[in-house]
Amino acid sequence: MVIAFLALLITGGEIIISHPRFYWGETGNSGTTPLFRIPIPASRDSVPTGYGYQLPDQNGWSRYLHFEAAWVLVLTGLIYVVAGLLNAHFRRDLLPPPGERNWRAVRAVLQRYRRRAPPDAKDNHAYNVVQRLSYLAVIFGLFPLVIWTGLALSPAFDSAVPAAVNLLGGRQSARTLHFFVTDLLVAFLVVHITMIALAGFWKRTAAMFTGREAASSKTKGAERR
Amino acid sequence: MNAISRRRLIKSGVAATVGVAGLAAASRIARRYGLIPPDGSGIYGPGETLTYAAQRLMTRHSLAREFPRSMISEKPFGNPVAPPSDAFKRLQATGFADWRLTVDGMVTHPTAFSLADLKTLPTHSQITEVVCEEGWSYVAEWIGTPLSNLLNEVGVLPQARYVVYNSIEPDWWESVDMADALHPQTFLTMGMNNGDLPVAFGGPLRLRVPRQLGYKSVKYITHITVTDSLKRFGKGLGSASPEAGYSWYAGI
Repeated sequence: MVIAFLALLITGGEIIISHPRFYWGETGNSGTTPLFRIPIPASRDSVPTGYGYQLPDQNGWSRYLHFEAAWVLVLTGLIYVVAGLLNAHFRRDLLPPPGERNWRAVRAVLQRYRRRAPPDAKDNHAYNVVQRLSYLAVIFGLFPLVIWTGLALSPAFDSAVPAAVNLLGGRQSARTLHFFVTDLLVAFLVVHITMIALAGFWKRTAAMFTGREAASSKTKGAERR
Repeated sequence: MNAISRRRLIKSGVAATVGVAGLAAASRIARRYGLIPPDGSGIYGPGETLTYAAQRLMTRHSLAREFPRSMISEKPFGNPVAPPSDAFKRLQATGFADWRLTVDGMVTHPTAFSLADLKTLPTHSQITEVVCEEGWSYVAEWIGTPLSNLLNEVGVLPQARYVVYNSIEPDWWESVDMADALHPQTFLTMGMNNGDLPVAFGGPLRLRVPRQLGYKSVKYITHITVTDSLKRFGKGLGSASPEAGYSWYAGI
């Protein structure tokens, strides 16, 4: 899933390079005014970029790989979501506990981060409320959105489900939103990896794969997972 | 490492076997129902096959979005093409009076049509979007006759599975399956926005396939072949696009 996401990110970047301009509404092209443009050269000579040269064109294989990786991400994502619903992972580990569904709890966690206070003892084995809310937003907000805005760029899919693109305000709006949602996912990834690094990268990553912590790291008996 | 118990190992083994058998069965069914694209092998084959099969199950008859006249782009963007060949320029000099569209292959009456012949077929128009794989798009009105009308004229044999179409310009050819070939919006286009189709947009004759990306809408069509197999055409990948690294099915 991580490999598929990185493949999507790199190939998505390559696809943008063929036309690094973004529009709003249904249509947009080199003859119309963009909403904004990324100040890089393009890989095609039909795009006015202000640069006198072109980047190498990697669009063909990038598109093949983008859509194949999308299938991997969507199919493994579906398994993850179904499993998470069935084994109550989302309810148990991600839904904030009843007492913490308020701003006070969120603020308390953020203040601890700001003071760089050591985490609560209970946070060693459970996510705090800010983590829980971020993960829920990524799993049930950003990922469905990035899939939706991506599907809306398929002319054949739109012929079967016109609302997929019409609700987003048109084809070019969908493309621009696909780019923005991807940016939010990348922002999450960067913060997420930084936090893991601060918490001890190898210990946490090993725990992620094995589901248990290294024997030497904790002497506590009551492990939750 | 006693986390992986024997029971779990056996369970995983059974699951993997069932998975592989399921994949094998799925690929046989997909082949039988024509759900494998001609470029469905190699490392990107699984992704292409999933996309094409899903679209064929979901979008066999669905119509591309059509737009109101008010949404026609004031500035349509004609993707730059290479300078026209001498063959094109010769035909252009006489106002395309000698332009011929040759239709052959698995048809009962192979025929060469002039533009005047094509204009005797029922004329329709559609206001649809051209979507380039680069990311840009525009909306225009396209006037012409559905390809299905032409195919009815020449009589398609029942074993036909694909329609291959060539530009007068060298190495520019594509193909679609019968679902797209017989689709009511797949147009032999001769007019655009109430005028003749400009050369910059594919005039005098362009095949519009609005449910797929712009590169399937080949400009300057002179030859159409109906076939049951794409193996004999080019490198056997279905069209010039996969030979240049782009997917054959461009409905995404």
